[in-house]
Amino acid sequence: MTMRWFRKHLLTFAAMITLTILLVPNLVVAIYSFNKPDGRFNYRLTKFSLDAWLHPCGTPGICQSLGLSLRIGITASIAATILGTMIAFALGRHRFHGRSATNLLIFMPMATPEVVMGSSLLALFLNIGMSTGRTAILIAHIMFCLSFVVVAVKARVATLDPRLEEAAADLGSTPVSTFLRITLPLAAPGIAAGALLAFSLSFDDYIITNFNASPDSITFPMYVWGAAQRGTPVQINVIGTIMFLVSVLVVVGGQLIATRRARAAAAG
Amino acid sequence: MPYALLAPGLLWLIIFFVAPMITTLSTSLQEGNVDDGFVFTGNVAIYWDALHAYWPQLVRSLVYAGTATVLSLLLGYPLAYYIASRRGRAKNVLLVLVIAPFFTSFLIRTMAWQSILASDGGLLVKVLGWLHLTWLFDAFGNVLQFLHLSPNGEILYSPWAVIWGLTYNFLPFMILPLYTSLDRLDGRLLEAARDLYATPRDTFRFVTWPMSLPGVVSGTLLTFIPAAGDYINSRLLGNTQTVMIGQVIDSQFLRVLDYPLASALSFVLLVLILALVTIYVRKAGTEELV
Amino acid sequence: MATGGMTEDLRLVGISKQFETFTAVHPMDLEVPGGSFFALLGPSGCGKTTTLRMVAGLEEPTGGRILIGEKDITSTKAYQRNVNTVFQSYALFPHMTILDNVAFGLKRRGVKGANAAAQEALDLVQLSQVAGKKPAQLSGGMQQRVALARAIVNRPDVLLLDEPLGALDLKLRRQMQIELKRIQSEVGLTFIHVTHDQEEAMTMADSIAVMNGGRIEQLADPATLYERPASTFVANFLGQSNLLQARINGFGADGVALAQTHGQDVLVAGDNVPDGIQDVWIGVRPEKLRLGEAGRNRLDGVVTDASFTGVATQYLIRMPWGFEVMLVQQNDGSARAQVGENVVVSWDPGHEFVLDQHQAGDAGVGLGDD
Repeated sequence: MTMRWFRKHLLTFAAMITLTILLVPNLVVAIYSFNKPDGRFNYRLTKFSLDAWLHPCGTPGICQSLGLSLRIGITASIAATILGTMIAFALGRHRFHGRSATNLLIFMPMATPEVVMGSSLLALFLNIGMSTGRTAILIAHIMFCLSFVVVAVKARVATLDPRLEEAAADLGSTPVSTFLRITLPLAAPGIAAGALLAFSLSFDDYIITNFNASPDSITFPMYVWGAAQRGTPVQINVIGTIMFLVSVLVVVGGQLIATRRARAAAAG
Repeated sequence: MPYALLAPGLLWLIIFFVAPMITTLSTSLQEGNVDDGFVFTGNVAIYWDALHAYWPQLVRSLVYAGTATVLSLLLGYPLAYYIASRRGRAKNVLLVLVIAPFFTSFLIRTMAWQSILASDGGLLVKVLGWLHLTWLFDAFGNVLQFLHLSPNGEILYSPWAVIWGLTYNFLPFMILPLYTSLDRLDGRLLEAARDLYATPRDTFRFVTWPMSLPGVVSGTLLTFIPAAGDYINSRLLGNTQTVMIGQVIDSQFLRVLDYPLASALSFVLLVLILALVTIYVRKAGTEELV
Repeated sequence: MATGGMTEDLRLVGISKQFETFTAVHPMDLEVPGGSFFALLGPSGCGKTTTLRMVAGLEEPTGGRILIGEKDITSTKAYQRNVNTVFQSYALFPHMTILDNVAFGLKRRGVKGANAAAQEALDLVQLSQVAGKKPAQLSGGMQQRVALARAIVNRPDVLLLDEPLGALDLKLRRQMQIELKRIQSEVGLTFIHVTHDQEEAMTMADSIAVMNGGRIEQLADPATLYERPASTFVANFLGQSNLLQARINGFGADGVALAQTHGQDVLVAGDNVPDGIQDVWIGVRPEKLRLGEAGRNRLDGVVTDASFTGVATQYLIRMPWGFEVMLVQQNDGSARAQVGENVVVSWDPGHEFVLDQHQAGDAGVGLGDD
């Protein structure tokens, strides 16, 4: 009995250690957002202050970079989601020649370190004489988000019953309306997950972005990286904390919708 | 019909992923400088030069990434198992707690480890001070020094801190695939094993672990590949002796502007990782990826 | 490995299981003779599977003890018990070959020659040719036999079968029933078979415990259960019964008792009447009833339904007081009645069973249908 109790709780103990490791940095970021550091770097807790929360844009360039990252993140995730969903449907719904080559092409960007992708893309742009900057960043982000969207949507499409589409066709639905009324709504959770993943990957990318950025396209991660060298404004912690809270809300909201749907389905 | 669906996305990947790889290969075989321009000369010797000059950084990257992957597996498996064994609300809450940090800028989170681990006014040493356990902090530093994981007994700015940062950063990538495969594991198989004289250890060894291998394989790949090319952790948490290959590629490309050398290193890293991944996947005997 | 000589009895003493607010098994005693083919029969939720899982060690009893021979195994873990289970879902390890699956238990106990023994067990179930395959490559029926071999190979003191044939189609199920019975007599192990299929239990088992609501309703051999059910639940759950509300009015000299049902006098065998009870159910199986006046007890009725099933014809006949009895007439050439026809239904005293009327007459109705 004791042994079993101990064993059971040993697992809980180990799991909690890992969970703590995962969460402590977020907690630290939040704590330091109320700090008033005595130097340029926000490393040592000195004085409690709400300054940064009251003036989140109070340090030059930070909100411009945040805005740019949001714009790039939204554009890139929409584009990657559209392109990726199309590929996922082709892979999940059709037999065709070159299937395994397609799978390989989808897998490769995920098996390539970011530094290789970033530098290679820069090499291409240098060779064809294209300038770096926002367009280059956007191209790069769509490229590396694409594969993740395909994987997320494909997993969902694989669980769908193709007979539902046949039933719709049998009931006189045209292929277009079948897709819009049957297939798309059913695949929506996978598409949403893919889009969310794409946005967070794009929003958070530093390495690939850094290779393809120009001085007038400083994204938020690049701003943070620069700050890490020059001095870290407390506003970084404020924005980091807000990102954490927003992401918790988004994930919890998504789960609530999923459970409610499941419950409604079970009740119906 | 399928080709029409595939075309736009695949074209995008061909133009902006495959073509750059080919460009990298051809750039690596060019000679010249930024002012006079580069000319293709088929200078294969660049690969020898690159390896000769930077093999320590290359090897270090693989060793750090490998160690971080093993650590992530050791830390991630119990949590993934624990989450998979929960039901209902507890399970959802735990999943949110694993996923949520992943959505916060990883640079900011990595910088948080600086303020935790610093020996001069860091959070860890402060908390241990309150608990009158400062000796624990020093003892840990000494152990790290003894293991050659810290040059001077400092915890921050040491090889250990870099490995720790890599481990932390890619933990969610390890946990989620592990969780997926453990969650799929049929509890009745575990009962069958118990019924057939398997002790809890046997059950884990012969049923749980082999059945979770697809998750282990994707988790380790999703951790190892980005960790091997990463240089954020090395820059923020390491010292001049912890330089990883990504950092070299970055500075050769963006500061030294030696495009052929940077491209050669980039290509070597890619080939090396693909080779390792291929061998690993063959050995693990599973084709199910991600 | 082999228990050597006699297979020992399994005894459950006051065993019970409580899940939070729900009592799955009320304290009960049960004795299963060594080497017998025993069935636990009941509708879903009756506690039969919970009982089985407690014997396997997969569920911890709330109270009571489990003994094999003189050895108390109540507090031993599942992997320490010399008891094996054939799971309803088979639970074959999908990542192992068939041979590895079958040898699994022997290897965990460090038995020498595990693979050879496993191969022998596969021979016994006639599957030696698939030893190198994976479970997913086998049909459901083959998987079922592998699951059986995987359990039998360990020569357990008790082999537990949890609805092992439930997933098979009817034809395969009949075939496997015969097969299981053959294997059991060949290996001589104690089999405990959990099922909700009364026909399956009756075909295979030496004795059957009928369970309902976490209690054992009756424990007997199949013929006794059918001919002399101890409760209305058993009477209705095993096959069809016509239950007539009646009152015992006295005993005659020739060993018969005089009863009255809805104003009609009938005779029943005195031995069948439980002591000291006057208000009773008189139960008569449909095949014991005859059309016409051949039996001593006679009731008038109108045919409301007749369905021809090949070997027999099944009639529903309405009694004057509105109750419909079921009658099965063998297709032996005798005259058949038409719907709407006035008929006489008869049977002989002694062909009935008599139960206390305090029980609900419809207990277990419809639950036995597969």
